[in-house]
Amino acid sequence: MPRRELRFLRRGRVISLSGFAPTTTVLDWLRLDERSTGTKEGCAEGDCGACTIVVARLRDGQLVHEPINACIALLASLDGAELITVEDLADGDTLHPVQEAMVKHHGAQCGFCTPGIVMSLFALHHAHEGEIDRARVETALAGNLCRCTGYKPIIAAALEGCARPADDVFARSASTRMAALAELDDGRSLFVGDEDRFFAAPATVDGLAELVLRYPDAQLVAGATDVGLWMTKGLRRFDRMISVQRVTELTHLETDDEEIRIGAAVSLAAAASVLGDLDDDLATMLARFGSQQIRAAGTVGGNIGNGSPIGDLAPCLIALGAILELRRGDRIRTLPLEDFFLAYRKQDREPGEFITRIIVPRPGPQDLIRVTKISKRRDEDISAMLMALRLTVDEGRIATARLAFGGMAGIPCRAPAAEDVLKGHVLADAALWRRAAAALAEDLQPLSDLRASADYRMQVAQNAVIKALAEMAGIPSHITRIVPRREVHHV
Amino acid sequence: MSDTLRHVSRALPHDSARKHVAGTAAYVDDLPEPHGTLHLAIGLSPAARGRLIDLGIDAVRAAPGVVAVLTADDIPGRNDIAPSLNDEPLLATDRVLYFGQPIFLVVATTRDAARLAARLARPVVEKETPSVTIEDALARGETVLPDYAFGRGNVAPALADAPLRAQGQFRIGGQEHFYLEGQVALAIPGEDGEMLVHSSTQHPTEVQHVVARILGVPQALVTCETRRMGGAFGGKESQATQWAALAALAAHATRRACKLRLDRDDDMQITGKRHDMRADWDIGFDSDGLIHAIDLQLNARCGCSADLSQGVVDRAMFHADNAYFLPVVDIRSKRLKTDSVSNTAFRGFGGPQGMLAMERMIDAVAWSLGKDPLDVRKANLYRPGHDETPYGMRVTDADTIHAIIATLEETAHYRERRAEIAAFNAQSPVLKKGLALTPVKFGISFTLKALNQAGALVNVYADGSVRLNHGGTEMGQGLYQKIAQLVADEFGIGIERVRITATTTAKVPNTSPTAASAGTDLNGMAAIVACREIKARLAAYAATLWECDADDIVFAEDALSAGNRRMSFKDAAASAIRERISLSSTGFYATPDLTWERDKGRGRPFYYFAYGAACSEVIVDMLTGENRVTRVDILHDVGRSLNPAIDMGQIEGGFVQGMGWLTTEELVYDSDGRLRTHAPSTYKIPVASDVPEHFQVMLHPGANREATVHRSKAVGEPPLMLAISVFAALCDALHSLAPGKLVPLDAPATPEAILRAARQIAPGDLF
Repeated sequence: MPRRELRFLRRGRVISLSGFAPTTTVLDWLRLDERSTGTKEGCAEGDCGACTIVVARLRDGQLVHEPINACIALLASLDGAELITVEDLADGDTLHPVQEAMVKHHGAQCGFCTPGIVMSLFALHHAHEGEIDRARVETALAGNLCRCTGYKPIIAAALEGCARPADDVFARSASTRMAALAELDDGRSLFVGDEDRFFAAPATVDGLAELVLRYPDAQLVAGATDVGLWMTKGLRRFDRMISVQRVTELTHLETDDEEIRIGAAVSLAAAASVLGDLDDDLATMLARFGSQQIRAAGTVGGNIGNGSPIGDLAPCLIALGAILELRRGDRIRTLPLEDFFLAYRKQDREPGEFITRIIVPRPGPQDLIRVTKISKRRDEDISAMLMALRLTVDEGRIATARLAFGGMAGIPCRAPAAEDVLKGHVLADAALWRRAAAALAEDLQPLSDLRASADYRMQVAQNAVIKALAEMAGIPSHITRIVPRREVHHV
Repeated sequence: MSDTLRHVSRALPHDSARKHVAGTAAYVDDLPEPHGTLHLAIGLSPAARGRLIDLGIDAVRAAPGVVAVLTADDIPGRNDIAPSLNDEPLLATDRVLYFGQPIFLVVATTRDAARLAARLARPVVEKETPSVTIEDALARGETVLPDYAFGRGNVAPALADAPLRAQGQFRIGGQEHFYLEGQVALAIPGEDGEMLVHSSTQHPTEVQHVVARILGVPQALVTCETRRMGGAFGGKESQATQWAALAALAAHATRRACKLRLDRDDDMQITGKRHDMRADWDIGFDSDGLIHAIDLQLNARCGCSADLSQGVVDRAMFHADNAYFLPVVDIRSKRLKTDSVSNTAFRGFGGPQGMLAMERMIDAVAWSLGKDPLDVRKANLYRPGHDETPYGMRVTDADTIHAIIATLEETAHYRERRAEIAAFNAQSPVLKKGLALTPVKFGISFTLKALNQAGALVNVYADGSVRLNHGGTEMGQGLYQKIAQLVADEFGIGIERVRITATTTAKVPNTSPTAASAGTDLNGMAAIVACREIKARLAAYAATLWECDADDIVFAEDALSAGNRRMSFKDAAASAIRERISLSSTGFYATPDLTWERDKGRGRPFYYFAYGAACSEVIVDMLTGENRVTRVDILHDVGRSLNPAIDMGQIEGGFVQGMGWLTTEELVYDSDGRLRTHAPSTYKIPVASDVPEHFQVMLHPGANREATVHRSKAVGEPPLMLAISVFAALCDALHSLAPGKLVPLDAPATPEAILRAARQIAPGDLF
């Protein structure tokens, strides 16, 4: 029997809730129900970070503190976790070290973004991986907009406040908190509400398959980093929601010498740690993908299942030759990822079917990978164009080429004409690079929109291909790009 | 009276710093809601221009939770929220003026009920083709205000006679304020038609006046209170009134408290921006790079109404000289009417646009002569004998900007880096570096003379604690803290004894907006005047007691003293009250020495100038247009700083905000006049990683030569324009592709704009 109420840890107590609308966000619950107004709404779309909270969870027996955008996070996603907000940090009159550092460095002016910044820094404080540097701080803050300070004092506060391993009330009470979280983790499915209006979070993939088949009209949700916007901006109200986040099998991330198997509910952050190891360009792209808050909540399956033409993951995985695994009832099928995307916002997914895994073949020693993400702003921006290229090169000759794009068509897609130009030819040939780039005109007909004109998209796509091939042919990346890549050797 | 300083000039934290970080600083949406508070949502116009035939709100009225749906017909007073002319309604009547214009108001039991109901409307508009762009408006010849010009000499012959000449058209983009706290107001009805409005506004007095006008009640019945804003930047100067007035209208209609908080997308879509402009320029100069004559036409996209466009475009004109002497000059302006939300105040108030146009001309001179742009800048600076602005004001302290540039050129190693960059660019086919050092001269005072006044109310209580109130509002700039420091030092008491209170029209009336960088100059002075009045009374009392001269009484170290006589401030307050001495006083200040005859284009509109300079370095990828700002050095003049930490914060923050305006912040409208970049997902302000690690800011030492508060200088707006150095550096990098050519880069310099410019001047393959 599934559990009929949502349970999470809050200020040392277990909160049990059952009478909430499935679309209730964490932010609305905090501000309207609990009347904790320290957490702010700045944009209600997960882009400004003013609503950042920290969710503490047990992951593989470790206590982790993840920053989340409360504005688009579903209240029910807190099941089994601990909710920490800005009001909780100070120990009586004594501010938390990151709060103290923010005061000392004059890191707040108007103060409205500050609670979110404090929470991002609190998460960084607890993620402490040893040495902390400016680049790490910039990544941690990419999802927090500040319009007053110009960030300089905030970065200084972060470097100081997160310099040492966490030694705050939360660290000192870690064992108690872990015990409380372990107690909440009953491994049961969650079903709050009734047939007509419910939020369900099955614990097993069989349970999920059954539920999705029974309620094919229910909205599937994972991190809600897009579904959340349908609610806050589109004002859509889903009566039936099925979350994949508690499905144990879908949270598995397995690697071996042959392939990487990523469960659909694996967070983008967790996937980044594995995919980023394949190539520095992938690591860089994934560090620029959304923000830390979005990557903590958003999932690989969600990013693909959503079918966005500008999702950054799909073209990368297509170039890598990823296989998608779907399940409907008891039927499991697989297909090359590029075949999943049929047309703008239309995918090869039947009612009652859901994504279970993405299987990525591990690149070999002859594989070269390049990814270029073009956006108006370097961090936390949706791509105007994303190019991902994987070549297999045998003694200087291109054996196979997989070239994929985002933002260049209604769906993430390959560029077959350009791939044909490359196949079988000697890589170190500038004329070849230009021919491949020119062939993109056959492959792609991009649109003009608010992010970029069609002309610019095509231009940077072609230039990205030329650059990538030039680099693969041996031109050092400090010649071709502002931030040179770190070379990764595939074994 | 001594002025021993315990607090002034110290880098004390913002008054709310601890509350900010703890999440306990309350903004309007955080205030406890009175029982039964109703929530509002706005119905938006589905077209930018046309006749409003029908609101189509039957389904809205029938929606669950809806208490009332209000339209223009429900306004008891005058349907007019315009700050200047009577040209902008609270709710649309027969015509719609821009896409998203409020056309009705839903009052419901919850925020979601109100918003869901509002979407059920099916308004009918007889659509007309809107004027969206500057060119649309020029073609239609529609303006919101008459054309205006000033200048000196006869430009046409001077241009014709100049040895060299350059011309061009330069587009300067607008900017969304993106205050993190969106527009919000909570209106609470009282008895006899009273209305209390909590508003996130820079201008509580205007909110009070507009609410009174809308409700048709005397201003004395309306109170507007503002404790703090979560950012404003000019966006809440005239344009916080509409939401406050709507909340008040609903509270008036329902006799219940009503709250209106705009969703971010609505906020961005239906509030004004920085004016985008097209500068049509023509410059005559000689081979030394000296300017002979300038003809400049500023075409400003004002939107649907005048709003603050008179002051904004005037200020653009006032700053079209930046720091340079223009012997013969004609500066003209058009205030174009477009069918878009009225553009409004934004940090710099037009100044940045005027200044950027000037810097484009300077660069053009340098490029055509093959000179270093810094040399052209220095050659044309105001200097003795060449010190009169195009509007007839003399620049008497140009030595300040000469000194700032000379120092910065040295400390930033400008010349060495210029050489290094040239060497780098010569061997780098794809990546090009650029460097620029640009000055800022910014006039301080409202150019509408009447606004240069301020009031304060200071109360001393029997225990010696002090309650401070003034007309200035706190939007993060640290005004409350600076004034509390001033007051503490006036009384010689610890700042913890000074209670800062919310700005309210009930305590200090008839105030000016907190704007024009003048908040501290004006309100600080008013507060000091109030303190000195109370001190004079206390001193007179102590002098009688001690049989000494009142002038000998010193206020310091929490006490009054004269010679070896001493009485704690607390005791002095208590005994003064027993002696029936008033310890409450107002203070009032009006900026002296201002003259401005707009019809003649002559006068002294500014009390003084604030100066600064910035040196920025960039690196640009010429195959994608991607770029990074790699180093910034700033030297800025704040006079004698009242609080160096707060002033540094203003400089750093202003610079980064200006950098965003000129690089990644792009407003994209479609042909229907609808803003497509109406959320942070599509409109990109700088994030932490856009700020260079080497970002050094120094304060230029020196006191204000005018008698401002403790000889400090205003700091709110001027630093924004330091970011012009980033734009100029990007142009410099592009110029290296094709020396001698005019770089056709418009603002903002998005990667796309940069790549387009690069391809235009250097179309071939880079490698």
